Amino acid sequence: MERNQLRRQVRLMRQSLFDQGFLDEQFVQLEELQDDANPNFVEEVATLYYRDSSRSLQILEQALQRNPRDFNKLDNYMQQFKGSSSSIGAKKVKADCQQFREYCNAGNAEGWQGKLGQSRHHVDPSNQESHQQPESSLD
Amino acid sequence: MESSFSSPRNDSFPAGLRVLVVDDDPTWLKILEKMLKKCSYEVTTCGLATEALCLLREKKNGYDIVISDVNMPDMDGFKLLEHVGLEMDLPVIMMSVDGETSRVMKGVQHGACDYLLKPIRMKELRNIWQHVFRRKIHEIKDIESHESLEGIQLIRSGSDQYDEGYFLSSDDLTSSRKRKDVDNKYDDKDFADCSSTKKARVVWSVDLHQKFVKAVHQIGFDKVGPKKILDLMNVPWLTRENVASHLQKYRLYLGRLQKENDLTSSFGGMKRSNSPSKDAQGSFGLQNSISIQQNDLAHGSFRVSGNNLIAQCVDPKSHEGDAKGIVSEPVAEIKKGSNGNIPDSQKTRSLQMVDFNNSCVEPKNGVIGNVPDSQKIRISPLDFNNSYAETKKGLNGNIPDSQKIMTPQVRPSHSFTSVESEVNFTEFESTIRTKYSWNEIQLKKEQKPLIQLNSGFNKPPLSGPHNHFQVDRLQSIPSISPRPSIVEGDVTGPAKSKPSYSEYINNQGSQVSPTISTADSFPDQIKSCVVNHQVSETISSSTSNMKNQGFNLSSVTDLESAQRSLIVGSASPFASLDDDFQICWFQGDCYGMNLGLQNIEFPEYNDPALISEVPAHLYDALRFDYPCDVTHQNILS
Repeated sequence: MERNQLRRQVRLMRQSLFDQGFLDEQFVQLEELQDDANPNFVEEVATLYYRDSSRSLQILEQALQRNPRDFNKLDNYMQQFKGSSSSIGAKKVKADCQQFREYCNAGNAEGWQGKLGQSRHHVDPSNQESHQQPESSLD
Repeated sequence: MESSFSSPRNDSFPAGLRVLVVDDDPTWLKILEKMLKKCSYEVTTCGLATEALCLLREKKNGYDIVISDVNMPDMDGFKLLEHVGLEMDLPVIMMSVDGETSRVMKGVQHGACDYLLKPIRMKELRNIWQHVFRRKIHEIKDIESHESLEGIQLIRSGSDQYDEGYFLSSDDLTSSRKRKDVDNKYDDKDFADCSSTKKARVVWSVDLHQKFVKAVHQIGFDKVGPKKILDLMNVPWLTRENVASHLQKYRLYLGRLQKENDLTSSFGGMKRSNSPSKDAQGSFGLQNSISIQQNDLAHGSFRVSGNNLIAQCVDPKSHEGDAKGIVSEPVAEIKKGSNGNIPDSQKTRSLQMVDFNNSCVEPKNGVIGNVPDSQKIRISPLDFNNSYAETKKGLNGNIPDSQKIMTPQVRPSHSFTSVESEVNFTEFESTIRTKYSWNEIQLKKEQKPLIQLNSGFNKPPLSGPHNHFQVDRLQSIPSISPRPSIVEGDVTGPAKSKPSYSEYINNQGSQVSPTISTADSFPDQIKSCVVNHQVSETISSSTSNMKNQGFNLSSVTDLESAQRSLIVGSASPFASLDDDFQICWFQGDCYGMNLGLQNIEFPEYNDPALISEVPAHLYDALRFDYPCDVTHQNILS
């Protein structure tokens, strides 16, 4: 009973993530990759992603604080971050990255700051990790 | 083959494909690994480009394909791409989250066989085996060409009977080709076999070539043999076959040089005296013109300045249709300003890509000049100066990096009365691989004109201190060297008769052989080369127009940087041709150009004239590391 409820919850959460545009099709691909050989595949990938993204965000923040701002570098970092977000299907983050890059091109630093904050929120593990864990614990 | 690392593909290709994935993003590495495993591929992942290169170098044949990200911290993905292509000749797929056209373009230019956008789907990865398969097929074709070529050479060695040799070789060629077709029907098993005995295409970089030359000198040219060279070179990943084919080409090159040298000296006197022989003396016209050309060229009238691409002007009036050999591809890059190219009157047929004026264009494809028109060869104003262009490409899609295109246009003001068609030849020296820094080398060499004088130029601005017609480049450059050999009088359409070729060879042989001292049985090689290429077929089918087409100078192995001379085989022994004069210039594996000329007289010029028409299909087959510069002329007396 409880199990079923949990399952339902997880399903709903997952759906909402999709609905809200946090996740895209890539995530589904990852789920499909999961099989008996790698039962926790999605979780593993997500873990890797979080680790990597927090590092990226840190680097980005540091770079942003440097004066004068090196937009090229920022662009590179952002590119990297975007790549990794695309791996897990983090749609919003990816979109943010794109925006960042535009800001970069325009040399718009303030826009950056704002966006950076937003992205952090999007990447917020609590959004997604909680989604992962219940699933794996159920299985 | 060794495969201690991993076994070659098993029978159920593409399963078991050995993929190396390079990406700095650990998340992607994991995902790709999983995806590829699901496709039943054998995956190795790598987070650093440098590490990837090490892995690749360690196990030369340990991988079938490389997938690499574009943005990596330690090395640019494109650089890695170049290295892999250069050293290992493996197909490389690029990936990036950035799908901008310019990036994709860059990837392709650097030789990527595909460019995937992240996020990557499973279905995209499923089909990557096609790149491996494609390369296999092409390799087999190349190898077979080489083999047949070698076979022919064997047959020919020592033989003075060019005629026979020629025919023989053509037969061989046909048969080998048949064999190749049969072999091409791969079934998995064959493929697996191939993969296990894979002969990766070797790119002869400058360094490698230097090693090779050094080894050859050390051994002593007459005692040289592939095995010995291989041992001396001490390049672990090089095979005996690679060396053997390279050696063969080297021999050809030397032979040509030799001839050029001899000719040059012999022509010394002639040059001036004949100067623009305005009268169209059929007999000597060519010779004169050639000598003139030589002179001019020799004097640096032909200047390679940066990259001037000389567009070949194909005889304006000639048939458009003839310009088939020309592969024109929009010039990808413009390296330097080019000056002076093509002179006015030419209509560049099919050479759309060449956009020379002041642009260093690097066309991706070899450009072939056509000199259609059967009867006369008109020589357009020769504009050698700066007619040196570097074009990037080779005839094949895959190659080419730097090409120098020279199209000297000779003005028909003199002598060749009946010469109508303009001879333009563009010489493309395309380095087959980007890696070659031929451009630089070549540029330095400068005055070596790459000229391919196509028939009749009165003023062959052949620059180049020696051998005017010497093609300088010998690096795997698909050079098209239309030889101006035929200039005189009426140059009729190419007679594709093989016999004419042999005649030419004979002529050449008689005149040249004494001078050609080297062990290179140059003529033989020419023949073999000629024959080897599908060109022979073309020859027979070439029309009566004189076409200087496609001189694709196949990449010439770059023997010594100093040697950049374009061997312009033109003026060599052209006897007056009554029939079509065929000049085949076979470069590398693929192309031969037939130029039929009539009434071409070949004076004692021993330059191999090459004018050959390279049929379009040859280009497809072009894939060689270095060309064997063979000029093949048929002189019908």
